[in-house]
Amino acid sequence: MSASLEKGVRVLKEVIDAPIASYFSSCVHCGLCAEACLFYTETGDPKYTPIHKLEPMRRLYEQEYTVLGRLKKLIGLSKAVTDAELAEWQELVYNSCTLCGRCSVVCPVGNDIVYMVRKFREGMSASGNAPVGIKGAANRTITIGSPMGVKLPAVKAQMKHVEEDYGLPIPMDAEGAEFLVMLSSMEIMNFPEYLGAIAKIMNQAGKTWTLCSTAFEATNAGMQIGNSDLARVIVSRIVEAAEKLKVKTVISPECGHAYTALRWEGANLMGRSFGFKVRHIIEVLGEFQEQGLLKTEGFETDRLTFHDPCQLARRGGVIKQQRNLLNMVSKNFVEMPDAGFMNWCCGGGGGASAIEEGEELRMEAFKKKKSQFDAVKPDRVVTACANCRIVMEEGLEHYNMNLPVVGLTEMIADHIPNPVVAKPEGN
Amino acid sequence: MAGLAQHGVSRRSFLKFCTTLASAMALPPAAGLAMAEAMAAARRPSVIWLPFQECTGCTESITRSHSPTIESLIFNVISLDYQETLMAAAGHQAEEALHQAIKDNFGKYLLIVDGSVPLGMDGAYSTIGGKSNLETLKEVAKGAAAIVAMGSCAAFGGIPKANPNPTGAVSVSDIIKDKPIVNIPGCPPIPVVMTGVLAHYLTFGSLPELDKLGRPKAFYGETIHDRCYRRAFYDQGKFAKTFDDEGARNGWCLFELGCKGPVTYNACATTKWNGGTSWPVESGHGCLGCSEPDFWDAGSFYKALSMPANPLKTVAGAAVAGAAIGVAVSFVNRAKKSAAKAAHETTTLPDLEK
Amino acid sequence: MGEMQFLTWVRGTGLNLAISIFLLGVLVRLLEIYSLGRKKDLAEPRSVAGASGMNTVFRRSIPADGMLKNSPITYIGGYVFHIGLAIIVFLFAPHIKFFQDLLGFSWPGLPSQAVDFAAVLTIVAMLLILFDRISKPVKRYLSTFQDWFTWALTFLPVLTGWMAVQHLLLPYTTMLALHILTVELLLVFLPFTKLFHAFTVFGSRWYNGTVNGHKGVAV
Repeated sequence: MSASLEKGVRVLKEVIDAPIASYFSSCVHCGLCAEACLFYTETGDPKYTPIHKLEPMRRLYEQEYTVLGRLKKLIGLSKAVTDAELAEWQELVYNSCTLCGRCSVVCPVGNDIVYMVRKFREGMSASGNAPVGIKGAANRTITIGSPMGVKLPAVKAQMKHVEEDYGLPIPMDAEGAEFLVMLSSMEIMNFPEYLGAIAKIMNQAGKTWTLCSTAFEATNAGMQIGNSDLARVIVSRIVEAAEKLKVKTVISPECGHAYTALRWEGANLMGRSFGFKVRHIIEVLGEFQEQGLLKTEGFETDRLTFHDPCQLARRGGVIKQQRNLLNMVSKNFVEMPDAGFMNWCCGGGGGASAIEEGEELRMEAFKKKKSQFDAVKPDRVVTACANCRIVMEEGLEHYNMNLPVVGLTEMIADHIPNPVVAKPEGN
Repeated sequence: MAGLAQHGVSRRSFLKFCTTLASAMALPPAAGLAMAEAMAAARRPSVIWLPFQECTGCTESITRSHSPTIESLIFNVISLDYQETLMAAAGHQAEEALHQAIKDNFGKYLLIVDGSVPLGMDGAYSTIGGKSNLETLKEVAKGAAAIVAMGSCAAFGGIPKANPNPTGAVSVSDIIKDKPIVNIPGCPPIPVVMTGVLAHYLTFGSLPELDKLGRPKAFYGETIHDRCYRRAFYDQGKFAKTFDDEGARNGWCLFELGCKGPVTYNACATTKWNGGTSWPVESGHGCLGCSEPDFWDAGSFYKALSMPANPLKTVAGAAVAGAAIGVAVSFVNRAKKSAAKAAHETTTLPDLEK
Repeated sequence: MGEMQFLTWVRGTGLNLAISIFLLGVLVRLLEIYSLGRKKDLAEPRSVAGASGMNTVFRRSIPADGMLKNSPITYIGGYVFHIGLAIIVFLFAPHIKFFQDLLGFSWPGLPSQAVDFAAVLTIVAMLLILFDRISKPVKRYLSTFQDWFTWALTFLPVLTGWMAVQHLLLPYTTMLALHILTVELLLVFLPFTKLFHAFTVFGSRWYNGTVNGHKGVAV
């Protein structure tokens, strides 16, 4: 079977629901969504107006599901959506949208535009109009197991390094552990300190945890491409693993869309609710902090600020925890303007960072992030998403800014005294 | 003047009448004197009054003219050569008087008409002496210097023309196109409005300035609403809700009780009726709009201007139809969505390529 | 057709037609939109006070942080003309009388001069947002014939109503008839254009709030 316009149209007809119908019927062309989108504000090009990114889907909705639209199509007043049009829209739907959701929270008539872009991607991918960069990532995730092509041997090698460096065991496939820890390729390859940090924190908290050999990757390229069938394949590996190992909670790593994919889309992709909880690592750390299971020493001395990953904060509802945690290890934490719920996207989420031809646009959009940094002039930026870290590092380099970006979990772990090696249960 | 004095109209009161009239018509002060002299001196001009499909209300109204009285007018100012209600003659004598007046004054007499002209059944709905009003009008109009369409029926068709207009009633100006016509609408018109227009014509030999509907602007240039003494209450939003509630007794605006003042041009609010005694609104009843064309068909007298003129007949049906169509469309939409879902082909990696 | 006959027609047949089409259109559109339904969200919900559909229906009327300073004309112009319209339509005594005839009950109104003031503000605000739509690149880019048409449909009733009361340009009877006619045009086209947001804004905000409220995010 091959991708086709017909398939794409059929998929769109399937996913269009009452909310989408209501949203399209409510849009009054006020343009406020553009003012909330960094791809518009930094380029000044009105084609990046969020609601405009959905124009083919709007026309399809009208032609398929409204009396007036059907009439218009019949008498030739409304043109059918073409494959060429969808191809033209690829840049708008993928390169210039990170699913950050800022547009959805400013629309005065209440339109959830990011909800619609996510669904539009279903039709785009089914019709063969997804960008080659994300298709590659999806391919690698499904066939190899991770979008960066990381395989189990590489994971095991990292485990060994961490065990040696930290003097703590890294459990794998431990049945009955309380937590199943997921990783993102970025962490395995670029930030292995994350694994060590987890080990230290779990050890101090006295919690049992494990990795899984058949499901170590949390990143869901299927979700980024916007194809539920592919996203389901990736999610189901994790669900199977969690159920096989009988864990209570699956921890999503410092990654944005991995959390969204598993925590919020997962059950709907599988068609059933889970028997286990799904939590972001920051949520778990926040819980540990509240329960007094997190004991840190000392403080960072330099000036820190925090970049809220869109999928964690605005889209995921985790906003206070990172601040409480950071205040535990820093007395010099300043907030950027618009920090928290209204934070501006790093510009590389939702699969955008995998799109090579979108790099120039991303760099331009990064000016917004730069302006936030310039306003508070921090010594370092802390965040809780590996993709944000990479994207911001690239952007900072592009603008010749010497500003290190670090992960929150590692920073917390750095302030946990080195472990007294106590054997956790269920190892 | 001797004649007038004989009938108890002193020179002083006659002059007062003329100046009052002149000022009511917004004419300069000298005009009042000119009117007095013209009216006192002239060979009394011939006036012919033809009654068509009417109720005689206009004749009744003009007889209430308080200054001058109708008697003094017809004895001393005009020569009312034909008027079926007031003349002593009847039958053939009356017809003879009409023909004589036309012959003696051909081209110079003033023709007053009240009542509408029915066209149905070849005009047989209203006849005088066996002749239809239509025929009579056309004949008598030939020698008239000017025509006064007295009352709403003659001016616009009036009550006979109201839906469904069984007699095919039309106005004078629908029939006569080649003579100057002044419309004096009202059901009936205010007495002094009628005599005022006559006085103007007698003094100046011409009709006063007329609006688009042929009504003298001096009396029909403003709406009732714009001259209403209760206007302040309208502006403040104080309305009587029923005919004897607190608001009504306080003299509040009657808009909500159906007053058509805002769209009615007449002099009732300033000139009033019965020698300035009162007028409908002052007496607590909303204006009916009787000096406007087709006011009988303009919706209930008791429904405010902003309310629908007629019951909304198709609205309930439209709602039912809308619900039915909406439900039908819902089924079609859901079926389409289900069909798309049923036809879903699971996307695998190769399916991402065209 | 004379002035009075025109007025009688728009008050009678015209009104009947317009309200009928309006009601039919509203019902068809509402059913057509909301019957598509929404799949149940099976993800474990997170309950946070203030994060719900109902909350968003109201809260969304307040601009998001930073947006008011960013686009003052859109917000302020929008608020003034919407509130102005509400005042004119629902608090002007002759209009209340109209609703009383339709619904069977009424409510107190404002003095006519206050409504007159609101009308002037509304007219100014609407001209301002028209100018903004022409001059701002995003709005101009997004605008289609429908945007200009619906602006005129909304503007003309306010303008003609105000002009009638002020006795401007045309005689009152004609101006009043034009006012009622423009209202009827507005009613006829409302369900089939973006003006239908008057009805769907509640559903849209509710869905947005519900989907995000499931995640404990107050939008």
